[in-house]
Amino acid sequence: METATVPTGIKWWNGGRSPFNTSYGKVMMWYFLMSDAFTFGAFLISYGTVRFSYNSWPDPNHVFNAFPFAGHAHLPLAFVSLMTFILIFSSVTMVLAVHEGHKMNRKGVEKYMILTILGGIAFLGCQAWEWTHFLTGYKEVLVDGKIEHWATTISHNALGPAVMHEGRMIATPGPALFGGFFFEITGFHGFHVFSGIIINIIMLAKTRLGHFDKRGHYEMIEKAGLYWHFVDLVWVFVFLCFYLI
Amino acid sequence: MSQHAVSSEITFHPPLGTTKRIWKTFWILSVLTVIELALGLTIEHIHQGKNPSAALILFIKGVITILTLAKAYYIIAVFMHLGDEIRNLIMTVAIPMLLFVWFIAAFLWDGSSFRHLRNTNAGATTIEQRAKEKTPAATVPLQKGAKD
Repeated sequence: METATVPTGIKWWNGGRSPFNTSYGKVMMWYFLMSDAFTFGAFLISYGTVRFSYNSWPDPNHVFNAFPFAGHAHLPLAFVSLMTFILIFSSVTMVLAVHEGHKMNRKGVEKYMILTILGGIAFLGCQAWEWTHFLTGYKEVLVDGKIEHWATTISHNALGPAVMHEGRMIATPGPALFGGFFFEITGFHGFHVFSGIIINIIMLAKTRLGHFDKRGHYEMIEKAGLYWHFVDLVWVFVFLCFYLI
Repeated sequence: MSQHAVSSEITFHPPLGTTKRIWKTFWILSVLTVIELALGLTIEHIHQGKNPSAALILFIKGVITILTLAKAYYIIAVFMHLGDEIRNLIMTVAIPMLLFVWFIAAFLWDGSSFRHLRNTNAGATTIEQRAKEKTPAATVPLQKGAKD
């Protein structure tokens, strides 16, 4: 994109300047995010491997179809879309905070950091609701000819293929690993969101205290922003692997 | 406007973008997400039909995956400003990511091979299975081995 504006003829590797034209902290943030991408990648790929090894896997449109206060209405993907839009929007407010930081506008940075933090809290609230819904939503399941009531946990999965039993369709146990991977991966992502909120709160406090004005630049906001966008980026892939396909 | 104060090692600063570009990216991401959702619901619709075509569903899933990669590109290039950095930094982040190509291919391959073994019983060269086929004299040490 704007790489066209790079001055020509610079000897990047001759010393005296950063060959990446960036500060040490920002380069290291990129490398941290890269290693984190491999951690999340490994989780999602192990999920894919296990899913590929089973003949049937719970259909996301039937697993993720609940919405708060909507009772038992079948609303596939509605709630997770809301969560996705919350996270995308908080990414936008974060990048606007970075933009205000470039302009050394403290009030603007404060405003957008508060909005970003609120977006993160809203996302975590949604995730808490979804987890509660799974962990406390008991469903009928046919186990060895008897009907039992199972919730979706890391050891139980009542979302297997349905069979005819005494004149009605009843689900059979599905792969127990479904819950294991779901809670592991969304939980690890939720923990990233949580730590992102903590980092953003610290950055907001430092902005208010005028630390960055004293320092003469708002680069810390940029680094916190990189982390926050990464969390959004991971959600894009969690959304793909768990909810869409 | 003292951007140059970050570090003396930084040679130049890319020009500040406008907020217009940020909002444009937001709309691109939103539209891509809505298309993905529509395709996800289409998959459900196909599943409910009489003869769901596995090939068609796989194709739709492939399209959704490509749209997701497009979203990832916009987040990284515009929101994370990697597109504004110089080539050296872009490459040091992008090239290691190519490992994912083989990482994904190899493990999904492994998973489907596992399913094949599960379904065809081709993996039934277990000790118990072999023990059944052998004479009683040969079974004893083999079964012992299975318990160890």
